[in-house]
Parts: sequence; structure tokens; C-alpha cells
Amino acid sequence: MKLNVNNRIFDVDAEEDTPLLWVLREQLELTGTKFGCGIAQCGACTVHIDGEAVRSCVMPVGALNADEKITTIEGLSEGADHPVQRAWLELDVPQCGYCQSGMIMATAALLEENPEPSDEDIDDAITNICRCGTFARVRKGIHLAAELKKA
Amino acid sequence: MIDLAEPQAISRRKFLVGTGATGAGLSLGFSFSSAEADSNWAQKSATPEVNAWVVIDPDDSVRIRVVKSEMGQGTLTGLAQLVVEELECDWDNVSTEYPTPGESLARNEVWGSFLTAASFGIRKSQKMVREGGAAARIMLIGAAADRWGVPAGECSVEKGVITHANTGRTLSYGEVATDAGQRTPPTEVPLRDPKDWKIAGKPIKRLDTEAKLNGSQIYGVDIKLDGMLSASIKACPVWGGTLVSFNADAANQMPGVRKIVAIDGNAVAVIADTWWRANRALEAVEIEWDLGENANTSSSDIDNVLNEGLDATEAFVGNSVGDADAAIAEAAQVVTSTYDYPYQAHATMEPMNATAIWTPENCNVWAPTQNGQGAHAAAVEAAGLKPEQVDITKVHLGGGFGRRQSNDWLRQAVLIAKELPGTPVKLIYTREEDLTQSMYHPVTKARMTAGLDENGDITGLKMRISGQSISVFSLKFLIQDDGSDPLVFQAVAPEGDFQISYGFPAVHVDHAMRNPFVRPAVWRGVNINQNTIYMESFMDELAEAAGKDPLEFRRKLMSERPRHLAVLNAVAERGKWGSPSAPGRHQGLAVSFAFGSAIAALAEVSVTDGELTVHKITAATDPVRAVNPQQIEAQVEGSFAYGLSALLYQEITVADGRIEQDNFDSYPSMTISDMPEVETVIIESGGDVEWGGVGEPTIAVAAPAVLNAIYAATGKRIRSFPLSGISLSEV
Repeated sequence: MKLNVNNRIFDVDAEEDTPLLWVLREQLELTGTKFGCGIAQCGACTVHIDGEAVRSCVMPVGALNADEKITTIEGLSEGADHPVQRAWLELDVPQCGYCQSGMIMATAALLEENPEPSDEDIDDAITNICRCGTFARVRKGIHLAAELKKA
Repeated sequence: MIDLAEPQAISRRKFLVGTGATGAGLSLGFSFSSAEADSNWAQKSATPEVNAWVVIDPDDSVRIRVVKSEMGQGTLTGLAQLVVEELECDWDNVSTEYPTPGESLARNEVWGSFLTAASFGIRKSQKMVREGGAAARIMLIGAAADRWGVPAGECSVEKGVITHANTGRTLSYGEVATDAGQRTPPTEVPLRDPKDWKIAGKPIKRLDTEAKLNGSQIYGVDIKLDGMLSASIKACPVWGGTLVSFNADAANQMPGVRKIVAIDGNAVAVIADTWWRANRALEAVEIEWDLGENANTSSSDIDNVLNEGLDATEAFVGNSVGDADAAIAEAAQVVTSTYDYPYQAHATMEPMNATAIWTPENCNVWAPTQNGQGAHAAAVEAAGLKPEQVDITKVHLGGGFGRRQSNDWLRQAVLIAKELPGTPVKLIYTREEDLTQSMYHPVTKARMTAGLDENGDITGLKMRISGQSISVFSLKFLIQDDGSDPLVFQAVAPEGDFQISYGFPAVHVDHAMRNPFVRPAVWRGVNINQNTIYMESFMDELAEAAGKDPLEFRRKLMSERPRHLAVLNAVAERGKWGSPSAPGRHQGLAVSFAFGSAIAALAEVSVTDGELTVHKITAATDPVRAVNPQQIEAQVEGSFAYGLSALLYQEITVADGRIEQDNFDSYPSMTISDMPEVETVIIESGGDVEWGGVGEPTIAVAAPAVLNAIYAATGKRIRSFPLSGISLSEV
């Protein structure tokens, strides 16, 4: 089957029920997308499919086709200059960093849909788990990214 | 008092004497691919070092050696700041690299302990690394002075450029680094007064942020080696049980499967070309277990054992001043409460994993471990090879929290790799395996008893702790001759790094050790969590019984605890004790002392229709010195998130010997909507006092401050955790 990942078409040889996460990580060597739970609870595996945040650990590749544009953290921007990445750098958001690919992808999708999210919007939309507890800086980072995106 | 580093160092020295330190690093007979970016093995250039801590390339780039593990706590950056402060190079040229335990072995442990635990990443090695940086600076200046034929005293350095003022000549560090490395290290290495610090003590950015924003940071799970296979493992669901047999007929037919093996007599692992295929096949293996005697034990049985310990006549005494029994017997009023605290798992975001390659001649392991030398020892044992034939390449950790101090998972990875000599194999746990085969926060109960006199002053206080010792299971060197475990008394010890907050007229703290079969181990802060909940909740209960303000009630007992008192005063002032920021909000206080740092918190909560909102926590911490204030703030916030997740949601329970929680649906962790605003006051008390830690101490105060605020809001005193499932409706 063919997948469109970060604007490249890949030929993928995998069982149809293989989650997108594992195809990305093990076959396309895009390891920035992380395995955290396997049941769509933690969000470490968040990618975009046609701009929408999707938890890739429960998305079977057989359900996807090459018309759907998959974006991973590696393809979010050229030179890591997406407003969310710039905001995260400015505020030194990550601690261990393991959940941050998912956190950044979830935030980027939120800002496309809602350019100026309120704190309540953030509470509703960002349900990713971070065991280091970077939430305070994530919240500041989302507001800063919203500003940077407008500018 | 409780020093984890020293016994480890002693046993390690014994080990070295016994085996002899031989041979330098190993060479690897295969090439890297994506692991290359993070592997210091591959990165090491031909540039000789200035000393063990500092390598400077001809282009003036500086590599700082760090042996402590980076797991999010910022130690990598903090230690580099301390080296660079003394080295006096340009911070913009700095990167870091991890030496390996094998190199350490070959070099007589020149970097000291790799163990990154008990909040001593910085506090226990700060002097050593600063001296390393200062010695390198002296050697670099000496090399330049010799080249010019002038006294070193006439030379100065700024940002890695050495200047001879009289002649105006300059040399960069990169130009003299090779010569400097040939020099005899100085014997006198004076250190800068912290008041003159320019790099250390400043809120500078972490060195490892950029790679964490674009997917390029390599963690253990991301290691990829040529020809590598992957493995998934399932151990006996009851700890102590064994593997009887397994039928792999169906699994062997599944795509990608290479080998299905028994591991350690208590687990089955599938090795396949991808991890996903390995794990699918593992699900198809039919396994017969002998669950062993622990299959008869459930949480209620453990509860009964701990209840018995509350009344036991024999107990280890951890802190005793005066005659608490007599003081309580003579009191006008006696208050008693019993608290309990559950098992909890670490649930690092990155599940346990390690990658190993084994041959009859050597074994190399890539592992996110908090315990480099412990990992090495575990790998040596599992590999069945000599210490000098084995090495560990550390990779960044996707969280540690104590789980990665133990190396049980690493042992399994080596045993799996041993099944396919010459082929690298990466073992990754499922989240289910990670949570059900963990080593947990220990379970304890406490009965608190105190007497109050006619004036409402405490006459004496007793604290009986009943429950588990983590040291008996995972830190045996800490167990004393009489069998007691000093770690149990964290935050209620008579003196030292875990000193009790109050100077009670009489106090008696003891421990009835009861060790259920569930494996316990360190867990961010470990015993400071529940001990501070017990003490600080009970102090509020006593203040109420005495009809006194909780702040004043505490202060009266803290006249000989100036550092404890300072942080308590700081949160009371900054958090405006007595004046909640909005109607319907209620406040709670907590203070403690852990890992050499004084910590306090003032929480503001509201409870509406039984629903709790933690609005804000004002925190204060005094770690003696602050190496990177913005990272200390991050650690305070993070520790509060970790501690509040535990308070609000987390409990590991046992049914017929099995751990019942196996993923984030049954073992929830807080998300951003639960996170309170956190304001942090950092106090640097300074002086000639051993520095305190940062990563763990503040976790102790979040939960009790919130519990005391919940009481203020509802009149409901909660003595059993977590809060989920407990009604918070007003009493």
C-alpha cells in the first residue's frame, strides 16, 4: 500500500491492521512519533491526517490511502520553525521531551482550528499526558504560539 | 543521614579490587544508523581530552562529559553550567556527551558514581565537576603561557580566549587543548565564589531542547542498529510465579517472527523483524504459568497485614526525643488519626526498553538507565561475560522517576539478545507490561497520636508507620545491622537531609516493617510523599483541635529549624495566607525537608458540588544554591503535576496476585486541565552547607497542602488515597 507522509509517497509492506504509529517508526524510520500506551490514551503518538490530530497508535494503515496527507513531527515545518516549535523553544517547554512530539502536533492542529484558544479551549482540546508535568509551560507555549502565528 | 551514594561507591570499589580494572573501551564490530546521532561512541573524535570532564576540539567546540542521566530534570544542562563556570569557555560552543560505565571501569571510576537518583545529580557531584572545569582552565592557561614563555600568572582568559596582556597575544582554547592535556593536573583548584558566577546560577536555556522539538532526540526506544530485530516480552502476571510451558505453534507461523524464547524461567519473549509483529505474535503464544503462592494474595490481605503492624509491639525506632508516651498520657487532650497510602507505579512516558547485542566475546547495551554502573553490573551478570567485555551506552530517558534505577528490564534485554548471538535485539515493553511488572511506590499506613495541653500546645507526638521497606527489596546496602531501613523515615528523621519539620517537646517515630510480595522501589521522592501527607495533615488536625491557626501552630515549633521556617514564611507571605484570592477559595499549607532542601507549599482550592479545582499552589524551595532557576521552576511545577496525579488518581491494587491496573485508562495521569497555576519562590540560603536537591523534594508538599485546603473548603479530612472515588461534598 502507499502512504503520503510529509509530502512523500512511501510504499509500505505491512499487515493492514498494523497501526500507523509502528509503520512510521519501524518502516519509515520516523521515530519522532512516540509509543506511549497503544490505546489512544496518552497522545504521544499524535500525528496529523489532512491537518487533523490523530492518535496513530490505533489507526490501522489499511484504513489509509495515498490521498490522505499524513504529517509527523519531522514534517511539521522546515527547520523546526513552526510557531509552536518556536514558542516551545522560547519557553524551554520540554523536560524529558518524550511526549512533546505529540503535544506539539496536538497544539498545531488546535491552532489551525482555533487561532486564539482560551484556557478552557486548551483544557478541552489538549488531553495529552505528560508525566514530567510540563503543563504550565505548555499552556504558556500555546498562547505564545498563537501570538507568533498571527504575527 | 541517609546517603545513597556512599555505600554504592564503597561496594563498587570492592568490586574493582576483586576483578581488576583492565582494558580501555570496546570496539564495536558493526555500524550505527539512526542511533549514531546520540551515541558518544560514534561521535568520539581523535581529539585528546584536556581532562576527564573536558574535551576541546581545534575549532573551539567544547564537549563536557556528564555521567548523570538526563531524564527531563535538566541535570545535563546544570552540570555543564557548573563545569563551564570554572572552565571559562564560551557557552555557545558547548555540547555534552555521556562516558560509558565501561570507560569508567577502565579509568578507575574517574567520574565517580553514574547513579542519578535521590536528587543528587547535581548536589553530590557539584564540587567534583567544578573542580574538573577549574583544573582544565588552569591547564589550558598553563599551556598557552608555556608556548609564549611567560608566567601563567600574567595570562587571563575570557570565553575560551587566553590573553597575555603585556604583549597583547591571544590563543584560543582549541589551539592549546592538546598541549594542555599533556600537563600535570594542578593540585590546588580554587573554585569561584558563587556570588561571582556568570553561567552557573543563571536561568539559561537547556542544551537539549531543540532536538526535542523536531523528533530528532533519540531515546532508548528509537535505537536502530543494522540488522536489528525487536522483541516483546510477557512475564508471569504474578510476581514470584514461574513459566511452566508455552505453545508457540501458531505464533511461529506469524509474519516476521524469528524466535520465541523463555527468559529467566518466568517470561516469554518473541523476537521478530518489527516490534509490532513481535507483540502480535506474543499475544498468540499460549502460556502456562505456575502462579506460585502470591496468587493467593489480594489488596485486602495486604491491608490486613499493615493494620496488624499498626498495633505491633515491636518496631524499629527512627526518631525519639523525650518520653512521648508519658507526654501524651499527661495531656489534656489526645488526638489520634490513621492514614494510609497506596501502591503507585511510575508510568514513565517511555516504556521500559533496552537494545543489546551479545557475542561470546562481548556484549553492548543501549539503555535509558538512571544507574549506569548498576546497568553494567546487571548486563555483566546476564551476559555471563567479564566486566571489561561489557559496556552500556546511555541514551536519553523518556522519564525515570526511579523506575530506571532498577535494571530488571535491561537484564531481560541481554538474555533475549543472547538467544541470537551477533544480532542486535531491541526489547520494548508494552504499557501493560510496564505497569504490571513495575517496582512500585511502597504501601504504608501511619497512626498519628499527639497530646495537647490546656493551652493547645503539643506535649508529645507519636507516629507509627506500618508497611513496606523499599530497601529490603531494592537497596539492601541501606539496611542496618538490626534490620531497620532508615529510608522509611524520610522527612521525619531527627536530623540531616530528611529532618522532621518540628521541634516537638517529645516525639517517637517508629516503623513496623511489613513487606508484602509486591516489589517496591524508589519512586520520585519515595517516602517523603506519604510521610509529609501524614505529618502535615495531622498538624492541621492538631491545630484545629487546639483552636489555632495552622500557620502559627506550626511556626511555634520551628524556632530551631530556620530553613524550614523560611520556606513556610515565604509561601505564607507570597501566597497571602488568610486572604484567599477569590470568594469560595480555601487555603492549605504544608512544609517539609527532603534531600537537603527545605520546601513548602500553599494551595488554593475550591470545591463546588463535590468537584475539586486546585487553582494555584505557591511553592518555596531552599536548595542552598540554585544552579539554574528557570529549571528549578520547571522541576517544582513538574513535581506538583506528578504528586497531584498520584493524589488525585493513582492506585495500584492486587487481585489474586495480579496487578489490576495495566494502562492509562485504569491508571490515569493528570492532563493540562488539572494543572494549577504554580508560583515558585527560590531561596538560596547559601553558606558552607551541603547543597540540597531539586528534582524530588517539592513533590512532598503539593498533596498535603491541597488536602489541607480541601478540609478548609469542605470540613472533610481525607486519610486514604487517591481522591478519585471519594466524595468531596461538604460535611
